[in-house]
Amino acid sequence: MHNFLLLALLVLVAAPCYSMADISLTRQLELRHLLKHDCGSCHGMSLKGGLGPALTEDVLMKKPRQMLLATILEGRPGTPMPPWKTFLTTEEANWLLDVLLQGQSDVL
Amino acid sequence: MSYKYTLPHFFCLIVCLITLTGCTSLRGTGDLGVVIERASGSVQIVETTGRTRLQQITGLGDLSHASIVYSRDERYAYVFGRDGGLSKIDILEGKLVKRVIQAGNSIGGAISQDGKLIAVSNYSPGGVKVFKADTLELVADIPATYGKLGERSKVVGLVDAPGQMFVFSLYDAGEIWVADLKQPTMPKVKKFKNIGTQPYDALITEDGRYYIAGLFGEDGLSLLDLWNIDKQPKRILSGYGRGEKKLPVYKMPHLEGWAVAGEHAFLPAIGHNEVLAVNRNNWKQRGRIKVYGQPVFAMAQPDGRHVWVNFAFPNNDTVQVIDTEQLKVVKTLKPGKAVLHMEFTPRGEHVWVSVRDEDLIKVYDTRTFKEISRLSADKPSGIFFAARAHRIGL
Ligand code: HEC
Repeated sequence: MHNFLLLALLVLVAAPCYSMADISLTRQLELRHLLKHDCGSCHGMSLKGGLGPALTEDVLMKKPRQMLLATILEGRPGTPMPPWKTFLTTEEANWLLDVLLQGQSDVL
Repeated sequence: MSYKYTLPHFFCLIVCLITLTGCTSLRGTGDLGVVIERASGSVQIVETTGRTRLQQITGLGDLSHASIVYSRDERYAYVFGRDGGLSKIDILEGKLVKRVIQAGNSIGGAISQDGKLIAVSNYSPGGVKVFKADTLELVADIPATYGKLGERSKVVGLVDAPGQMFVFSLYDAGEIWVADLKQPTMPKVKKFKNIGTQPYDALITEDGRYYIAGLFGEDGLSLLDLWNIDKQPKRILSGYGRGEKKLPVYKMPHLEGWAVAGEHAFLPAIGHNEVLAVNRNNWKQRGRIKVYGQPVFAMAQPDGRHVWVNFAFPNNDTVQVIDTEQLKVVKTLKPGKAVLHMEFTPRGEHVWVSVRDEDLIKVYDTRTFKEISRLSADKPSGIFFAARAHRIGL
Protein backbone atom coordinates (compact mmCIF):
# COMPACT_ATOMS: atom_id res chain seq x y z
CA MET A 1 0.00 0.00 0.00
CA HIS A 2 2.73 2.37 1.05
CA ASN A 3 4.70 1.51 -2.08
CA PHE A 4 1.67 2.05 -4.22
CA LEU A 5 1.23 5.54 -2.81
CA LEU A 6 4.85 6.33 -3.49
CA LEU A 7 4.46 5.09 -7.03
CA ALA A 8 1.44 7.25 -7.56
CA LEU A 9 3.32 10.22 -6.19
CA LEU A 10 6.22 9.50 -8.51
CA VAL A 11 3.97 9.62 -11.52
CA LEU A 12 2.66 12.96 -10.37
CA VAL A 13 5.98 14.72 -9.89
CA ALA A 14 7.74 15.98 -12.97
CA ALA A 15 10.01 13.02 -13.54
CA PRO A 16 13.45 13.39 -15.11
CA CYS A 17 13.57 13.11 -18.85
CA TYR A 18 16.39 10.63 -19.37
CA SER A 19 15.33 7.24 -20.68
CA MET A 20 12.21 7.24 -18.58
CA ALA A 21 10.85 4.44 -20.65
CA ASP A 22 13.74 2.12 -19.88
CA ILE A 23 13.60 2.30 -16.10
CA SER A 24 10.60 0.86 -14.35
CA LEU A 25 8.91 2.85 -11.65
CA THR A 26 9.85 0.24 -9.06
CA ARG A 27 13.47 0.55 -10.07
CA GLN A 28 13.22 4.35 -9.94
CA LEU A 29 12.08 4.05 -6.34
CA GLU A 30 15.01 1.78 -5.57
CA LEU A 31 17.40 4.23 -7.19
CA ARG A 32 16.06 7.14 -5.16
CA HIS A 33 16.39 5.05 -2.04
CA LEU A 34 19.99 4.21 -2.98
CA LEU A 35 20.73 7.88 -3.61
CA LYS A 36 19.33 9.03 -0.30
CA HIS A 37 20.73 6.34 1.95
CA ASP A 38 23.73 4.71 0.30
CA CYS A 39 25.18 7.67 -1.61
CA GLY A 40 23.93 9.65 1.38
CA SER A 41 26.21 7.77 3.78
CA CYS A 42 29.13 9.73 2.29
CA HIS A 43 27.45 12.71 0.61
CA GLY A 44 24.94 13.37 3.40
CA MET A 45 21.34 12.18 3.38
CA SER A 46 20.18 15.44 1.85
CA LEU A 47 23.27 15.28 -0.42
CA LYS A 48 24.59 18.57 0.92
CA GLY A 49 27.95 17.01 1.55
CA GLY A 50 29.74 14.82 4.07
CA LEU A 51 33.03 13.05 3.54
CA GLY A 52 32.17 13.37 -0.15
CA PRO A 53 31.28 16.77 -1.66
CA ALA A 54 27.77 18.19 -1.99
CA LEU A 55 25.83 16.76 -4.94
CA THR A 56 23.49 19.72 -5.23
CA GLU A 57 22.46 21.09 -8.63
CA ASP A 58 24.40 24.34 -8.29
CA VAL A 59 27.64 22.41 -7.74
CA LEU A 60 27.08 19.75 -10.39
CA MET A 61 25.78 22.09 -13.08
CA LYS A 62 29.24 23.57 -13.51
CA LYS A 63 30.87 20.23 -14.21
CA PRO A 64 31.07 18.21 -17.43
CA ARG A 65 28.40 15.57 -17.48
CA GLN A 66 30.65 12.88 -18.93
CA MET A 67 33.09 13.36 -16.08
CA LEU A 68 30.30 13.05 -13.50
CA LEU A 69 28.94 9.96 -15.22
CA ALA A 70 32.39 8.38 -15.27
CA THR A 71 32.84 9.24 -11.59
CA ILE A 72 29.65 7.42 -10.66
CA LEU A 73 30.34 4.35 -12.78
CA GLU A 74 34.09 4.02 -12.32
CA GLY A 75 34.67 5.77 -9.00
CA ARG A 76 37.68 7.98 -8.33
CA PRO A 77 40.83 6.05 -7.49
CA GLY A 78 42.72 7.45 -4.54
CA THR A 79 39.53 8.84 -3.01
CA PRO A 80 36.73 7.04 -1.15
CA MET A 81 34.36 7.44 -4.15
CA PRO A 82 33.71 3.80 -5.16
CA PRO A 83 32.70 2.54 -8.63
CA TRP A 84 28.98 1.77 -8.91
CA LYS A 85 28.98 -0.03 -12.23
CA THR A 86 28.36 -3.40 -10.59
CA PHE A 87 25.09 -2.04 -9.22
CA LEU A 88 24.06 0.54 -11.82
CA THR A 89 23.76 0.44 -15.60
CA THR A 90 24.87 3.45 -17.63
CA GLU A 91 21.19 4.35 -18.14
CA GLU A 92 20.54 4.20 -14.43
CA ALA A 93 23.57 6.35 -13.64
CA ASN A 94 22.40 8.87 -16.23
CA TRP A 95 18.95 8.85 -14.71
CA LEU A 96 20.46 9.52 -11.25
CA LEU A 97 22.46 12.40 -12.72
CA ASP A 98 19.25 13.87 -14.12
CA VAL A 99 17.64 13.64 -10.72
CA LEU A 100 20.64 15.39 -9.19
CA LEU A 101 20.94 18.05 -11.89
CA GLN A 102 17.26 18.88 -11.61
CA GLY A 103 17.52 19.17 -7.85
CA GLN A 104 14.91 16.47 -7.36
CA SER A 105 16.74 14.17 -5.05
CA ASP A 106 14.48 15.09 -2.14
CA VAL A 107 11.19 14.65 -3.93
CA LEU A 108 10.49 11.45 -2.05
CA MET B 1 -8.20 6.48 26.46
CA SER B 2 -11.38 5.80 28.29
CA TYR B 3 -10.94 7.20 31.71
CA LYS B 4 -13.41 8.26 34.35
CA TYR B 5 -12.47 11.49 36.03
CA THR B 6 -13.45 11.28 39.64
CA LEU B 7 -12.99 13.87 42.33
CA PRO B 8 -9.85 12.20 43.79
CA HIS B 9 -8.28 12.14 40.31
CA PHE B 10 -8.99 15.78 39.88
CA PHE B 11 -7.51 16.46 43.27
CA CYS B 12 -4.40 14.50 42.39
CA LEU B 13 -4.01 16.47 39.18
CA ILE B 14 -4.17 19.73 41.02
CA VAL B 15 -1.62 18.57 43.56
CA CYS B 16 0.69 17.49 40.77
CA LEU B 17 0.38 20.76 38.97
CA ILE B 18 1.08 22.66 42.13
CA THR B 19 4.12 20.71 43.23
CA LEU B 20 5.39 20.27 39.67
CA THR B 21 6.85 16.93 40.64
CA GLY B 22 4.75 15.16 38.04
CA CYS B 23 2.41 12.24 38.50
CA THR B 24 4.93 9.63 37.44
CA SER B 25 7.00 7.91 40.06
CA LEU B 26 10.69 8.69 40.40
CA ARG B 27 13.07 6.71 38.24
CA GLY B 28 16.72 6.58 37.29
CA THR B 29 18.10 6.78 33.77
CA GLY B 30 20.68 3.97 33.84
CA ASP B 31 18.53 1.68 31.72
CA LEU B 32 17.45 4.32 29.24
CA GLY B 33 18.74 4.90 25.76
CA VAL B 34 18.22 6.97 22.65
CA VAL B 35 17.55 5.66 19.14
CA ILE B 36 18.20 7.96 16.19
CA GLU B 37 15.48 8.05 13.54
CA ARG B 38 17.63 9.32 10.74
CA ALA B 39 15.10 10.23 8.09
CA SER B 40 12.57 12.05 10.22
CA GLY B 41 14.97 14.08 12.35
CA SER B 42 13.64 12.59 15.55
CA VAL B 43 14.90 10.41 18.36
CA GLN B 44 13.16 7.82 20.49
CA ILE B 45 13.81 7.38 24.16
CA VAL B 46 13.77 3.71 25.01
CA GLU B 47 14.10 1.63 28.15
CA THR B 48 16.06 -1.61 28.16
CA THR B 49 14.60 -3.39 31.20
CA GLY B 50 11.10 -3.91 29.82
CA ARG B 51 12.32 -3.13 26.28
CA THR B 52 9.80 -0.44 25.51
CA ARG B 53 9.65 2.92 23.81
CA LEU B 54 9.00 5.78 26.16
CA GLN B 55 8.91 8.93 24.12
CA GLN B 56 9.78 10.57 20.84
CA ILE B 57 11.47 13.94 20.42
CA THR B 58 11.14 15.62 17.03
CA GLY B 59 12.61 18.62 15.28
CA LEU B 60 16.28 17.72 15.53
CA GLY B 61 17.21 18.40 11.88
CA ASP B 62 19.22 16.13 9.56
CA LEU B 63 20.19 13.14 11.65
CA SER B 64 21.92 11.03 9.03
CA HIS B 65 25.17 9.95 10.62
CA ALA B 66 24.09 11.38 13.98
CA SER B 67 25.75 10.42 17.24
CA ILE B 68 25.25 11.06 20.92
CA VAL B 69 27.17 11.56 24.15
CA TYR B 70 25.68 11.63 27.65
CA SER B 71 26.07 13.98 30.59
CA ARG B 72 27.67 12.27 33.56
CA ASP B 73 24.42 12.35 35.53
CA GLU B 74 22.94 10.33 32.65
CA ARG B 75 20.07 12.74 32.33
CA TYR B 76 20.99 14.71 29.25
CA ALA B 77 21.97 13.47 25.82
CA TYR B 78 23.80 15.69 23.34
CA VAL B 79 22.84 14.89 19.77
CA PHE B 80 25.27 15.76 16.97
CA GLY B 81 23.43 16.10 13.66
CA ARG B 82 24.79 16.11 10.16
CA ASP B 83 23.48 19.62 9.48
CA GLY B 84 25.71 21.10 12.17
CA GLY B 85 22.94 21.03 14.76
CA LEU B 86 23.85 20.38 18.39
CA SER B 87 20.83 19.47 20.49
CA LYS B 88 20.62 18.88 24.21
CA ILE B 89 17.76 16.63 25.22
CA ASP B 90 16.44 15.65 28.62
CA ILE B 91 15.83 11.90 28.52
CA LEU B 92 13.98 11.88 31.86
CA GLU B 93 11.40 14.41 30.79
CA GLY B 94 11.55 13.53 27.14
CA LYS B 95 12.07 17.00 25.80
CA LEU B 96 14.42 19.19 23.85
CA VAL B 97 16.26 21.56 26.19
CA LYS B 98 18.33 23.57 23.75
CA ARG B 99 19.43 23.45 20.14
CA VAL B 100 22.09 25.44 18.30
CA ILE B 101 23.28 25.28 14.70
CA GLN B 102 27.02 25.53 15.11
CA ALA B 103 28.42 24.71 11.66
CA GLY B 104 27.38 23.78 8.14
CA ASN B 105 28.19 20.12 8.28
CA SER B 106 29.31 18.11 11.26
CA ILE B 107 30.24 14.57 12.04
CA GLY B 108 30.46 13.82 15.75
CA GLY B 109 31.23 14.99 19.23
CA ALA B 110 32.64 14.26 22.64
CA ILE B 111 32.19 15.30 26.26
CA SER B 112 35.10 16.35 28.48
CA GLN B 113 36.37 14.34 31.43
CA ASP B 114 34.68 16.68 33.91
CA GLY B 115 31.46 16.72 31.91
CA LYS B 116 31.48 20.49 31.53
CA LEU B 117 32.48 20.84 27.89
CA ILE B 118 31.02 19.48 24.67
CA ALA B 119 33.25 19.37 21.60
CA VAL B 120 31.90 19.00 18.07
CA SER B 121 33.93 18.01 15.01
CA ASN B 122 32.99 19.65 11.74
CA TYR B 123 33.50 18.89 8.07
CA SER B 124 32.69 22.39 6.94
CA PRO B 125 34.02 24.70 8.02
CA GLY B 126 36.60 22.11 9.08
CA GLY B 127 37.50 22.24 12.74
CA VAL B 128 36.36 21.65 16.31
CA LYS B 129 34.09 23.87 18.35
CA VAL B 130 33.77 23.61 22.10
CA PHE B 131 30.63 24.49 24.04
CA LYS B 132 29.57 24.75 27.68
CA ALA B 133 27.65 21.59 28.46
CA ASP B 134 24.96 23.36 30.48
CA THR B 135 24.14 26.30 28.21
CA LEU B 136 25.63 25.28 24.84
CA GLU B 137 27.44 28.62 24.75
CA LEU B 138 30.51 28.61 22.51
CA VAL B 139 33.76 28.71 24.51
CA ALA B 140 36.44 27.83 21.97
CA ASP B 141 36.85 27.49 18.22
CA ILE B 142 39.73 25.43 16.83
CA PRO B 143 39.88 25.75 13.02
CA ALA B 144 41.61 22.78 11.38
CA THR B 145 43.90 24.82 9.15
CA TYR B 146 46.88 23.17 7.54
CA GLY B 147 49.44 23.61 4.78
CA LYS B 148 50.97 26.77 3.37
CA LEU B 149 47.70 28.05 1.96
CA GLY B 150 45.89 27.63 5.24
CA GLU B 151 43.23 25.30 3.88
CA ARG B 152 40.76 23.75 6.29
CA SER B 153 40.53 20.03 6.75
CA LYS B 154 37.54 17.89 7.57
CA VAL B 155 37.81 16.66 11.14
CA VAL B 156 37.09 13.05 12.09
CA GLY B 157 37.60 10.71 15.04
CA LEU B 158 37.01 13.22 17.84
CA VAL B 159 37.24 11.69 21.34
CA ASP B 160 37.75 12.84 24.91
CA ALA B 161 40.90 11.89 26.79
CA PRO B 162 41.88 12.19 30.46
CA GLY B 163 43.18 15.60 31.54
CA GLN B 164 40.46 17.67 29.84
CA MET B 165 41.80 16.75 26.43
CA PHE B 166 40.11 16.24 23.11
CA VAL B 167 41.92 14.28 20.41
CA PHE B 168 40.95 14.33 16.73
CA SER B 169 42.24 13.68 13.20
CA LEU B 170 42.42 15.85 10.10
CA TYR B 171 41.22 13.82 7.11
CA ASP B 172 42.61 16.08 4.38
CA ALA B 173 45.85 16.92 6.17
CA GLY B 174 46.82 13.55 7.62
CA GLU B 175 47.37 14.99 11.09
CA ILE B 176 46.37 14.16 14.67
CA TRP B 177 45.74 17.05 17.05
CA VAL B 178 45.57 16.93 20.84
CA ALA B 179 43.73 19.89 22.37
CA ASP B 180 44.15 20.60 26.07
CA LEU B 181 41.17 22.50 27.46
CA LYS B 182 42.13 22.88 31.09
CA GLN B 183 41.62 26.55 30.39
CA PRO B 184 38.52 26.27 28.22
CA THR B 185 38.84 29.62 26.45
CA MET B 186 42.52 29.10 25.70
CA PRO B 187 42.95 25.65 24.17
CA LYS B 188 46.55 24.44 23.85
CA VAL B 189 46.88 22.38 20.71
CA LYS B 190 49.65 19.89 19.98
CA LYS B 191 49.84 18.81 16.35
CA PHE B 192 51.26 15.61 14.92
CA LYS B 193 51.94 15.76 11.19
CA ASN B 194 52.42 12.98 8.61
CA ILE B 195 50.51 10.43 10.63
CA GLY B 196 49.25 8.68 7.45
CA THR B 197 47.00 9.38 4.47
CA GLN B 198 43.32 10.12 4.92
CA PRO B 199 42.52 9.17 8.51
CA TYR B 200 38.77 8.44 8.33
CA ASP B 201 37.84 7.67 11.94
CA ALA B 202 39.53 6.92 15.24
CA LEU B 203 39.03 5.43 18.67
CA ILE B 204 40.58 5.70 22.09
CA THR B 205 41.20 2.67 24.29
CA GLU B 206 38.92 2.40 27.29
CA ASP B 207 41.71 3.44 29.67
CA GLY B 208 42.23 6.61 27.67
CA ARG B 209 45.83 5.80 26.82
CA TYR B 210 46.01 4.94 23.11
CA TYR B 211 44.41 6.90 20.30
CA ILE B 212 44.17 4.89 17.07
CA ALA B 213 43.24 6.42 13.72
CA GLY B 214 42.23 4.23 10.77
CA LEU B 215 43.71 5.25 7.42
CA PHE B 216 41.79 5.17 4.17
CA GLY B 217 44.72 6.02 1.92
CA GLU B 218 46.97 3.21 3.06
CA ASP B 219 46.80 -0.15 4.80
CA GLY B 220 47.39 0.36 8.48
CA LEU B 221 46.50 2.54 11.41
CA SER B 222 48.20 5.32 13.30
CA LEU B 223 48.73 4.87 17.04
CA LEU B 224 49.33 7.72 19.47
CA ASP B 225 50.38 6.92 23.05
CA LEU B 226 48.93 9.67 25.22
CA TRP B 227 51.09 8.62 28.16
CA ASN B 228 54.12 9.46 26.06
CA ILE B 229 52.85 12.51 24.29
CA ASP B 230 56.33 13.62 23.21
CA LYS B 231 56.66 10.70 20.83
CA GLN B 232 55.30 10.77 17.26
CA PRO B 233 52.36 8.45 16.55
CA LYS B 234 53.56 5.19 15.03
CA ARG B 235 52.16 3.16 12.18
CA ILE B 236 50.69 -0.21 13.14
CA LEU B 237 49.48 -3.11 10.98
CA SER B 238 50.88 -1.31 7.98
CA GLY B 239 50.97 -4.32 5.73
CA TYR B 240 47.68 -6.06 6.42
CA GLY B 241 46.44 -6.14 2.86
CA ARG B 242 49.72 -5.99 1.05
CA GLY B 243 49.71 -7.47 -2.41
CA GLU B 244 45.97 -7.99 -2.31
CA LYS B 245 43.55 -5.94 -4.28
CA LYS B 246 41.55 -3.57 -2.15
CA LEU B 247 37.82 -3.82 -2.70
CA PRO B 248 35.83 -0.66 -3.31
CA VAL B 249 34.42 0.71 -0.06
CA TYR B 250 30.70 1.48 -0.15
CA LYS B 251 30.51 2.67 3.42
CA MET B 252 33.30 3.92 5.67
CA PRO B 253 33.92 1.70 8.71
CA HIS B 254 33.50 3.10 12.21
CA LEU B 255 36.12 2.69 14.87
CA GLU B 256 34.00 3.92 17.74
CA GLY B 257 33.41 1.19 20.26
CA TRP B 258 36.73 -0.28 21.23
CA ALA B 259 36.42 -3.98 20.64
CA VAL B 260 38.84 -5.54 23.03
CA ALA B 261 38.62 -9.02 24.46
CA GLY B 262 41.39 -10.64 26.45
CA GLU B 263 44.70 -9.69 24.93
CA HIS B 264 43.16 -9.00 21.53
CA ALA B 265 41.67 -5.98 19.94
CA PHE B 266 39.40 -6.33 16.91
CA LEU B 267 39.36 -3.81 14.08
CA PRO B 268 37.52 -3.60 10.76
CA ALA B 269 39.92 -4.01 7.82
CA ILE B 270 39.08 -1.31 5.30
CA GLY B 271 38.72 -2.57 1.73
CA HIS B 272 38.79 -6.21 2.79
CA ASN B 273 36.16 -8.70 3.94
CA GLU B 274 38.01 -9.22 7.18
CA VAL B 275 38.23 -8.29 10.83
CA LEU B 276 41.77 -7.93 12.15
CA ALA B 277 42.74 -9.38 15.51
CA VAL B 278 45.61 -7.48 17.07
CA ASN B 279 47.75 -8.31 20.07
CA ARG B 280 47.26 -5.31 22.29
CA ASN B 281 50.59 -5.63 24.06
CA ASN B 282 52.75 -5.15 20.98
CA TRP B 283 50.13 -4.07 18.38
CA LYS B 284 51.15 -6.91 16.07
CA GLN B 285 48.62 -8.73 13.95
CA ARG B 286 47.39 -11.95 15.56
CA GLY B 287 44.96 -13.07 12.92
CA ARG B 288 42.69 -12.07 10.08
CA ILE B 289 39.15 -13.30 10.38
CA LYS B 290 37.24 -13.82 7.12
CA VAL B 291 33.78 -12.35 7.34
CA TYR B 292 30.72 -11.94 5.13
CA GLY B 293 31.46 -8.46 3.81
CA GLN B 294 33.35 -5.30 4.62
CA PRO B 295 32.88 -4.62 8.31
CA VAL B 296 31.38 -1.31 9.43
CA PHE B 297 31.25 -1.85 13.20
CA ALA B 298 33.15 -4.53 15.12
CA MET B 299 31.87 -4.33 18.68
CA ALA B 300 32.82 -6.48 21.67
CA GLN B 301 30.18 -7.72 24.05
CA PRO B 302 30.83 -6.19 27.48
CA ASP B 303 32.10 -9.58 28.73
CA GLY B 304 34.46 -9.84 25.75
CA ARG B 305 33.23 -13.30 24.80
CA HIS B 306 32.10 -12.30 21.30
CA VAL B 307 32.62 -9.55 18.80
CA TRP B 308 29.57 -8.58 16.72
CA VAL B 309 30.11 -7.28 13.22
CA ASN B 310 27.85 -5.58 10.69
CA PHE B 311 28.64 -4.84 7.05
CA ALA B 312 28.66 -2.25 4.30
CA PHE B 313 26.35 -2.15 1.27
CA PRO B 314 25.52 -4.53 -0.42
CA ASN B 315 26.06 -6.99 2.45
CA ASN B 316 24.24 -4.95 5.04
CA ASP B 317 21.48 -7.46 5.76
CA THR B 318 23.79 -9.58 7.90
CA VAL B 319 25.41 -9.62 11.33
CA GLN B 320 28.16 -12.05 12.24
CA VAL B 321 29.40 -13.08 15.65
CA ILE B 322 33.09 -13.83 16.19
CA ASP B 323 34.27 -16.06 19.02
CA THR B 324 37.17 -14.17 20.57
CA GLU B 325 38.98 -17.29 21.74
CA GLN B 326 38.77 -19.30 18.53
CA LEU B 327 39.08 -16.18 16.34
CA LYS B 328 36.38 -17.35 13.98
CA VAL B 329 32.80 -16.68 13.04
CA VAL B 330 30.42 -18.80 15.12
CA LYS B 331 27.07 -17.35 14.11
CA THR B 332 25.54 -15.57 11.14
CA LEU B 333 22.29 -13.68 11.61
CA LYS B 334 20.05 -12.01 9.03
CA PRO B 335 18.24 -9.25 10.87
CA GLY B 336 17.02 -7.67 7.60
CA LYS B 337 17.84 -4.99 5.06
CA ALA B 338 20.28 -2.27 6.11
CA VAL B 339 21.58 -3.15 9.56
CA LEU B 340 23.18 0.11 10.69
CA HIS B 341 24.18 -0.20 14.33
CA MET B 342 24.34 -2.46 17.37
CA GLU B 343 24.35 -1.58 21.06
CA PHE B 344 24.74 -3.87 24.07
CA THR B 345 22.85 -3.54 27.31
CA PRO B 346 25.26 -2.42 30.05
CA ARG B 347 26.27 -5.94 31.11
CA GLY B 348 25.74 -7.46 27.71
CA GLU B 349 22.87 -9.93 28.05
CA HIS B 350 21.14 -8.37 25.05
CA VAL B 351 22.13 -6.56 21.90
CA TRP B 352 19.86 -4.08 20.13
CA VAL B 353 20.22 -3.99 16.36
CA SER B 354 18.79 -1.26 14.12
CA VAL B 355 17.40 -2.42 10.78
CA ARG B 356 16.82 0.74 8.77
CA ASP B 357 14.83 -0.48 5.80
CA GLU B 358 12.47 -2.54 7.94
CA ASP B 359 11.83 0.34 10.36
CA LEU B 360 12.68 -1.97 13.23
CA ILE B 361 14.93 -2.44 16.21
CA LYS B 362 15.54 -6.12 16.85
CA VAL B 363 16.77 -7.29 20.23
CA TYR B 364 18.82 -10.49 20.48
CA ASP B 365 19.87 -12.60 23.43
CA THR B 366 23.67 -12.73 23.28
CA ARG B 367 23.86 -16.31 24.64
CA THR B 368 21.25 -18.01 22.46
CA PHE B 369 21.45 -15.56 19.50
CA LYS B 370 17.65 -15.70 19.43
CA GLU B 371 15.57 -12.64 18.66
CA ILE B 372 13.58 -11.80 21.79
CA SER B 373 11.84 -8.51 20.98
CA ARG B 374 11.28 -5.94 18.30
CA LEU B 375 10.38 -2.30 18.50
CA SER B 376 9.27 -0.12 15.65
CA ALA B 377 11.28 2.97 14.75
CA ASP B 378 11.35 5.24 11.71
CA LYS B 379 14.51 4.42 9.70
CA PRO B 380 16.57 3.75 12.84
CA SER B 381 20.32 4.23 12.76
CA GLY B 382 22.44 4.79 15.89
CA ILE B 383 21.41 3.28 19.24
CA PHE B 384 23.03 4.81 22.31
CA PHE B 385 22.43 3.60 25.87
CA ALA B 386 22.96 5.89 28.83
CA ALA B 387 25.63 3.62 30.32
CA ARG B 388 28.00 5.24 27.83
CA ALA B 389 28.03 8.25 30.15
CA HIS B 390 30.80 6.78 32.25
CA ARG B 391 33.09 5.47 29.57
CA ILE B 392 36.10 7.32 28.21
CA GLY B 393 35.85 7.91 24.49
CA LEU B 394 32.10 7.27 24.12
C1 HEC C 1 32.28 5.68 0.54
C2 HEC C 1 31.92 7.04 0.31
C3 HEC C 1 31.11 7.42 -0.93
C4 HEC C 1 29.95 6.84 -1.37
C5 HEC C 1 29.16 5.71 -0.74
C6 HEC C 1 29.57 7.59 -2.56
N1 HEC C 1 30.47 8.57 -2.81
FE1 HEC C 1 30.44 9.87 -4.42
N2 HEC C 1 32.20 10.69 -3.78
C7 HEC C 1 32.87 10.37 -2.62
C8 HEC C 1 34.02 11.21 -2.49
C9 HEC C 1 35.02 11.20 -1.33
C10 HEC C 1 34.04 12.06 -3.62
C11 HEC C 1 35.07 13.13 -3.95
C12 HEC C 1 36.22 12.52 -4.71
C13 HEC C 1 37.32 13.51 -4.93
O1 HEC C 1 37.95 13.90 -3.94
O2 HEC C 1 37.54 13.88 -6.09
C14 HEC C 1 32.88 11.70 -4.41
C15 HEC C 1 32.53 12.31 -5.62
C16 HEC C 1 31.35 12.09 -6.31
C17 HEC C 1 30.94 12.81 -7.50
C18 HEC C 1 31.73 13.92 -8.19
C19 HEC C 1 31.34 15.22 -7.58
C20 HEC C 1 32.10 16.39 -8.10
O3 HEC C 1 31.77 17.49 -7.68
O4 HEC C 1 33.01 16.21 -8.92
C21 HEC C 1 29.72 12.33 -7.86
C22 HEC C 1 28.85 12.79 -9.02
C23 HEC C 1 29.37 11.31 -6.89
N3 HEC C 1 30.39 11.19 -5.98
C24 HEC C 1 28.18 10.60 -6.92
C25 HEC C 1 27.89 9.55 -6.06
C26 HEC C 1 26.72 8.72 -6.18
C27 HEC C 1 25.62 8.91 -7.22
C28 HEC C 1 26.78 7.79 -5.19
C29 HEC C 1 25.82 6.65 -4.89
C30 HEC C 1 25.45 5.80 -6.01
C31 HEC C 1 28.01 8.05 -4.44
N4 HEC C 1 28.65 9.12 -4.99
C32 HEC C 1 28.42 7.32 -3.31
C33 HEC C 1 32.51 9.37 -1.71
C34 HEC C 1 31.42 8.51 -1.83
